[in-house]
Amino acid sequence: MNTSAGTTARLLGAGLRALLVLTALCGVLYPLAVTGVAQAVLPGKANGSEVTVDGEVVGSRLIGQRYDLPAKEGQETPEPDLTRFQPRPSNGLGTNSVNTRYALILSGATNRAGDDEELIRRVTDAKAAVVADNSVPGHPVDPADVPPDAVTSSGSGLDPDISPAYAALQVRRVAERNGLPVQEVAELVRDHTEGRILGFVGEPRVNVLALNTALRELVEEDAAP
Amino acid sequence: MSPVLAGALQMLALVAALALAHRPLGDHMARVYSSTRHLRIEKWIYRAIGADPATEMRWPAYLRGVLAFSAVGVLFLYLLQRLQGSLPGSLGFASIDPDQAFNTAASFVANTNWQSYYGEQAMGHVVQTGGLAVQNFVSAAVGMAVAVALVRGFARSRTGELGNFWSDLVRGTVRVLLPISVVGALVLVATGVIQNFSGIHEVGQFGGGTQQWNGGAVASQEAVKVLGTNGGGYFNANSAHPFENPDGLSNLFEVFLILLIPSAMTRTFGRMVGSLKQGYAILATMATIWLGFTALMMWTEFSHHGPAFDLAGGATEGKETRFGIAGSSIFAVATTLTSTGAVNSFHSSYTGLGGGITLLGMQLGEIAPGGVGSGLYGMLIMAVVAVFLAGLMVGRTPEYLGKKIGTREIKLAACYILITPALVLGFTAAAMALPTPGDSMTNTGAHGFSEILYAYTSGANNNGSAFAGLNADTQWFNTTLGIVMLLGRFLPMVFVLALAGSLARQSPVPATAGTLGTQKPLFSGLLLATVMIVTGLTYFPALALGPLAEGLAS
Repeated sequence: MNTSAGTTARLLGAGLRALLVLTALCGVLYPLAVTGVAQAVLPGKANGSEVTVDGEVVGSRLIGQRYDLPAKEGQETPEPDLTRFQPRPSNGLGTNSVNTRYALILSGATNRAGDDEELIRRVTDAKAAVVADNSVPGHPVDPADVPPDAVTSSGSGLDPDISPAYAALQVRRVAERNGLPVQEVAELVRDHTEGRILGFVGEPRVNVLALNTALRELVEEDAAP
Repeated sequence: MSPVLAGALQMLALVAALALAHRPLGDHMARVYSSTRHLRIEKWIYRAIGADPATEMRWPAYLRGVLAFSAVGVLFLYLLQRLQGSLPGSLGFASIDPDQAFNTAASFVANTNWQSYYGEQAMGHVVQTGGLAVQNFVSAAVGMAVAVALVRGFARSRTGELGNFWSDLVRGTVRVLLPISVVGALVLVATGVIQNFSGIHEVGQFGGGTQQWNGGAVASQEAVKVLGTNGGGYFNANSAHPFENPDGLSNLFEVFLILLIPSAMTRTFGRMVGSLKQGYAILATMATIWLGFTALMMWTEFSHHGPAFDLAGGATEGKETRFGIAGSSIFAVATTLTSTGAVNSFHSSYTGLGGGITLLGMQLGEIAPGGVGSGLYGMLIMAVVAVFLAGLMVGRTPEYLGKKIGTREIKLAACYILITPALVLGFTAAAMALPTPGDSMTNTGAHGFSEILYAYTSGANNNGSAFAGLNADTQWFNTTLGIVMLLGRFLPMVFVLALAGSLARQSPVPATAGTLGTQKPLFSGLLLATVMIVTGLTYFPALALGPLAEGLAS
């Protein structure tokens, strides 16, 4: 009995030493080496692909943001700022529930099924809102033209992109609200549409932050005498 | 170009890349596990462990090594999380509660990476990088070691010796996982995955104000997360988070890494048993299932049946714009046909049938191509069963690779295939019968049942993905899933190693005219049918209550 307990202890000791050595290798040396190379060669990307406009950081190319009006008193969800291009809904996003001295964004999805009442209601409401917001005098939006990404939440809730179809749908509204010619805004969207990588990888998309940044420049140029 | 065609071309690119890597990597791994030479760094490690890498082990000794190393791993990871509040470099995050810490420790050591926590708000740098990511390497290396031990069981005769566990563990880590991870991590950084040790910091926003971000060694963890078919995300959204998976190219690269080692190991197997054709026959079955499942998934997701999706005009809920339907479907199938469980889109919001495909993929035992190591040994067990069935049909003693499949061998194989369904169905039934676990469901009806069935399927098969509407951070789920993951990982390993020991003791039987040609396409077909009937049918009643009911209603 004693010998078998001794064997087990020796074996566990060997396991512990193996774990500690491999931790030093895979948990310390490896991540430090990769960080060193990444920070030396690609610091911009390794630190989150931040976008700077006039010396001010306005976010990350990769992380979607909300473009809302400041919340009015008593309002639970702020209204969208319709002078800007709007991103996808992000109903799956959360706020942190532990370590609450931070205000971290929790990435996530709604996880609702296709036959879920709540999801059906959200899609219906979102579709009605997209139609109402984007219909301008003389150009009503046909509900059948609303692309699916405009009314569904992404997996991360941080999707930085919208489909070219959803961007195109917003062109007349954005032009009208900013007093810009439709042609100019449509051109802006065209310039910021990224095709599939190598022609077949991924999906065509428009980065909302890049688009809104360019839009703001256009508005400011227009306002300047 | 239509999205469907783009998806087909992405599959073609994947197949081409995997085919290119198959030979060099498969041969490399065969050399790694057969060589008698040790690298200098390996000698240092053996000295630290106090193990002689040349000592041959019989199956009980090999198993004891696996269990001792894994037990220490669970304890270490548990303590690391329990002490997080006092550890420096943890962003000041609090310690993890006991039930969740147990669940997470079991999960990462069992190569499952089920997560009942939100990575970005709960786990600091030390736990993520020094704890969780380390298990990403070593739990994968353990899986590969057990697979190699089984292959040696087929390759060796009249010995019973299966190699040295410590040597297999260290070599798999140092010569296979680490080098590929370094390259993979740097490729991911080039696509935009972050790699830093920033604390929680404020970043400006377009409309003024700031948002708080959590930095981290994400690329280095992401690379091994997919390469070792682990799947535990740095962030809650896993590979849907833009910092883990920034664009279509990184997405395809991650799928490539998921499938890389499991598919190449079939060549390692062929090499080590002295017939590459035997490896190809296994690979053919794996590839057929993988391609078939992907095609089915694309079909159901592009045709988007379901009231909410019909209304929206597409099944884009829970999917990212940059990957689209095709890139999401390809990822979902790869992650559930291996033991990965990383997600780039949320399976709970797939169509009813799409969710069913992810479930069935795991229920087949994750063997197409399966987890690193576990995919190969899972498929070899199925091959043993297939050979046995063929033997029954013609009334002769079955043999596989020159080894007789006698009473003892088939009993061990049968135990292996019974464990997982017993765990899945038993615990699902218990959770449904008890009054409180059902409160964790987000969805109701058939989909609510699927959430729980998915959780235990994912846990017992060491996948780790979820129908994440289920609130799994409860005492019940943390505890039962923790137990299920450990039993689902290590009990099958007991039977695999026992089988390996029994095979290695035998004298080889010379092949005769009556020997079943297990290197031929006919055998690949038989193997495919065996997989579908033996494991697929076990779950049919449960699938009918969940995803089939949901999918056929819409």
